[in-house]
Amino acid sequence: MTVNPAMDQANSASTLALGSHQNLMQRSWILAIAAAAWLGVALLTALWADLSGTNWDYTGDLATVCAALAGVLAAAMFADLRFAHLRYAQALGPWMLVLALLVGAWEAVTAKLGLLPLPFFPPPQALLEVVIDDRVRLAEGVFASLRLLAGGYFLGAALGFVTGLAMGWSRAVGYWIHPVLRLIGPLPATAWLPLAFFVFPSSHSASTFLIALATGFPVTVLTWSGVASVNSTYYDIARTLGANQTFLILKVTIPASMPHVFVGLFMGLGNSFAVLVIAEMLGVKAGLGWYLQWAQGWAAYANMYAALLIMALIFSGLITLLFRLRDRLLAWQKGLVRW
Amino acid sequence: MAERFGAVVVHTTGSESAVRADTLSVPGAALSIQDVSHRFELEATPLPVLEHVSLSVEPGEFVAILGPSGCGKSTLLRLVAGLDFPAAGVLSLNGQPINGPDASRIIVFQDPTLYPWRTVWSNVALGLEARGLLQSHRERVDDVLRLVGLASFATAYPRQLSGGMSQRAALARALVNDPKLLILDEPLGQLDSLTRIAMQRELVSLWQRVGFTALLVTHDVEEAVFLASRVIVLSERPARITAQVANARPYPRHRGDPHLSELRREIMGHLGLAESW
Repeated sequence: MTVNPAMDQANSASTLALGSHQNLMQRSWILAIAAAAWLGVALLTALWADLSGTNWDYTGDLATVCAALAGVLAAAMFADLRFAHLRYAQALGPWMLVLALLVGAWEAVTAKLGLLPLPFFPPPQALLEVVIDDRVRLAEGVFASLRLLAGGYFLGAALGFVTGLAMGWSRAVGYWIHPVLRLIGPLPATAWLPLAFFVFPSSHSASTFLIALATGFPVTVLTWSGVASVNSTYYDIARTLGANQTFLILKVTIPASMPHVFVGLFMGLGNSFAVLVIAEMLGVKAGLGWYLQWAQGWAAYANMYAALLIMALIFSGLITLLFRLRDRLLAWQKGLVRW
Repeated sequence: MAERFGAVVVHTTGSESAVRADTLSVPGAALSIQDVSHRFELEATPLPVLEHVSLSVEPGEFVAILGPSGCGKSTLLRLVAGLDFPAAGVLSLNGQPINGPDASRIIVFQDPTLYPWRTVWSNVALGLEARGLLQSHRERVDDVLRLVGLASFATAYPRQLSGGMSQRAALARALVNDPKLLILDEPLGQLDSLTRIAMQRELVSLWQRVGFTALLVTHDVEEAVFLASRVIVLSERPARITAQVANARPYPRHRGDPHLSELRREIMGHLGLAESW
């Protein structure tokens, strides 16, 4: 049998579920419209001359990028129709269409019509120019930010986890640490900034400390509350089955408190972003936060927008990673929030 | 006891043989409770829960404890499990004083309390893992899962199980350790009546095949009479033993057995509920 799967599907769909067949066609049409819209943006960018007096070097490149995107979407549409359901591409379709309209409008009101004042509102090709021409500096910034963030975050998360565990497990540890945590915890980590830059030998170590502090507080509190809320019957059962203290901590307390710990890890990650950017702006001479500050000094707004966009993508990506890790470790839970 | 095991050897087949082989080397233990009293230390005044309770359970016996709600039945079981210590008196298993939890005395609660982050297999394996025996006894876990009819759910998570299946998994988690005494704290209390009837039959057949001593707390007179070879009746708090009723009916028993009905009537009388019969 050399029946085309799409035909086969269409046949069965027409007899069994006309609705879903129409739905498939509709979704593919949205991909087609999105592809057409991006092609339109490419043509608009390439054929409509930039406002006279402006000199954008990357107008042609922007048109090429838009056309390439249109090509990818068209290919996805054909693949979707002929080979298989590309659910991901289908779901993306409406967003790609809206993005095309937004970029087209942005291009029109900036580079083509000049309705918005420069240098505050650069056209899309200016961002493209920054990403291409300043890629070395941006990459260095990304690397420096990630290095600082990773050092502080892992340090804070590890210390917070161990502290929270000890507080939940031992009454004596709880007695001594709880008041300190209550006093110091609510203080924003950034309040330590002037002192930290003065006390620590380098701005890098000072920032690592601050990020660790910002991460450590929520992780400690949530781990502690996770340990405190473990069902005591879990311990009774494990003890009658022959478990010793180490086994109880490693195999009962820690897995049972993981859902709480992850809430703390998410809160800590959000805090660590804030401290990272502020520390980079105020003291560390590297990273995306520093890049933002530097770009503002030169009134290089396109550089700022580009750096903000990259920052948003990286932070969102890191949160996605943490969600993936949680989904993997807590697969036994039901009703997990999806990111 | 010997006759019962003899019968088991004849009737069991195939996959149960491994369990049976272990079984013969692990008969039930004798439990002795001597003049045990216990109280809860509440704010100002201690609340007495058990008063001079003495009981001795023969190896392989199935003893059910009945009593009014909140009379201290579960407290007694926690003392036997070694999770709490009595204010006065001595508990011992095979002559050894009970001074802490031990894998020879395993408790199964009303709530199955499986560890939700572990698969059914890992839940059942927990006792062996905790005692460092898992590597050498992996096949024991598979055997016990077959014994309770959960072999095909080994990789499922507890949230995917029904109430009856969860309680079977909790039983398997206890049985894998070859307990000499199985302590059952209303293990079937949360199940619907049909599942409960099926599980009562399974419990009897497990007990007959494996040969542990069983100590069951229940609210259900019919359940006590159907399962146990002896029924202990406790008073209101503070609990004392008010009656002991031997039940010599052979297993497997039948719910419609008029002798069992007669025993139920007698026990209801001991509980002060004779007029409701």
